[in-house]
Amino acid sequence: MIWAAVLGAGVGCYLLKLAGLSVPPQVLEQPLVSRVADLIPVALLAALVAVQVLADGSRLVLDERAAGLGAAVVLLVLRAPFLVVVAGAALTAALLRLVGG
Amino acid sequence: MSEPLGPPVEDRRAIVRDALGVGAATGLYGVSFGAVSVAAGLSVAQTCALSLVMFTGASQFALVGVLAGGGSALAASAAALLLGTRNTLYGLRVATLLQMGGARRAGAAQLLIDESTAMTVARSTRAGARTAYLWTGGSVFVLWNLFTLLGALGGTAIGDPRTYGLDAAVGGAFLALLWPRLAGPRARVIAVLAAAVAIGAVPLTPAGVPVLAAGGVALLAGLLTPGRRPERRPT
Repeated sequence: MIWAAVLGAGVGCYLLKLAGLSVPPQVLEQPLVSRVADLIPVALLAALVAVQVLADGSRLVLDERAAGLGAAVVLLVLRAPFLVVVAGAALTAALLRLVGG
Repeated sequence: MSEPLGPPVEDRRAIVRDALGVGAATGLYGVSFGAVSVAAGLSVAQTCALSLVMFTGASQFALVGVLAGGGSALAASAAALLLGTRNTLYGLRVATLLQMGGARRAGAAQLLIDESTAMTVARSTRAGARTAYLWTGGSVFVLWNLFTLLGALGGTAIGDPRTYGLDAAVGGAFLALLWPRLAGPRARVIAVLAAAVAIGAVPLTPAGVPVLAAGGVALLAGLLTPGRRPERRPT
């Protein structure tokens, strides 16, 4: 039964991806669809940031990840390149854990 | 016709470099999935098959989580598929940027995940979008599967990726991708609302659903606000 779930849901997840990529361009050029499609990245990225930084399973916690995000904000304001922002966030969290843990 | 705007040439090497950075930070997380999955009672082969065939982290964690909690195979599959609908939304967004058909699209579809979408929508040319998509998705795919195997084989030796701050790195990467899109009050309001909805949903819903719920904010905003700028602006 586990194999059925692994392969069935696995193939299902692939088909969900393919379905999204296969929507005809005429549909995507509808004003409403294109407006929503433009807004989706902002909403999804904001949600991904929030969940990635604050969620621990189904709990909300404020920990070293938030400090890492703070460092990322500072680096973005300073117009640092992408990888510097990412590394700065990781380094901040890692150092705080090293000191605190 | 929807020819991409923006500069005709983007720095391909810079795109590849950024993609590999995100790929490394994300792919290493396969260790935690591999370890969690085997601890939940799946075999090493089943664990690796999930990363290869399903290849979408939240769905994979949901499937093994439901099974570990004593849920049926059907319930576990339903949870994974519900979370997988997120990728359908992503597909809507990147389809116009990638403009792929046939076998290429069928192959590229497997790489459609959070990270590849985020890196792709940040590009302003079709070539740049394709480069970002394939390199981000490809590097995550290779590393995610490699580290799933290591984690499943008892990768505790590598240690907790959080020791290296990799969890914070992923949050920082998402923020860096969001940052340039926050020009204008409308985008900022939507970002704050979406984050609030996601945070509110975290204690109430399984992993992956909060992000999906935040997608609803974009849908509502699109339905309720008139289009103020007819031109497409793929940042």
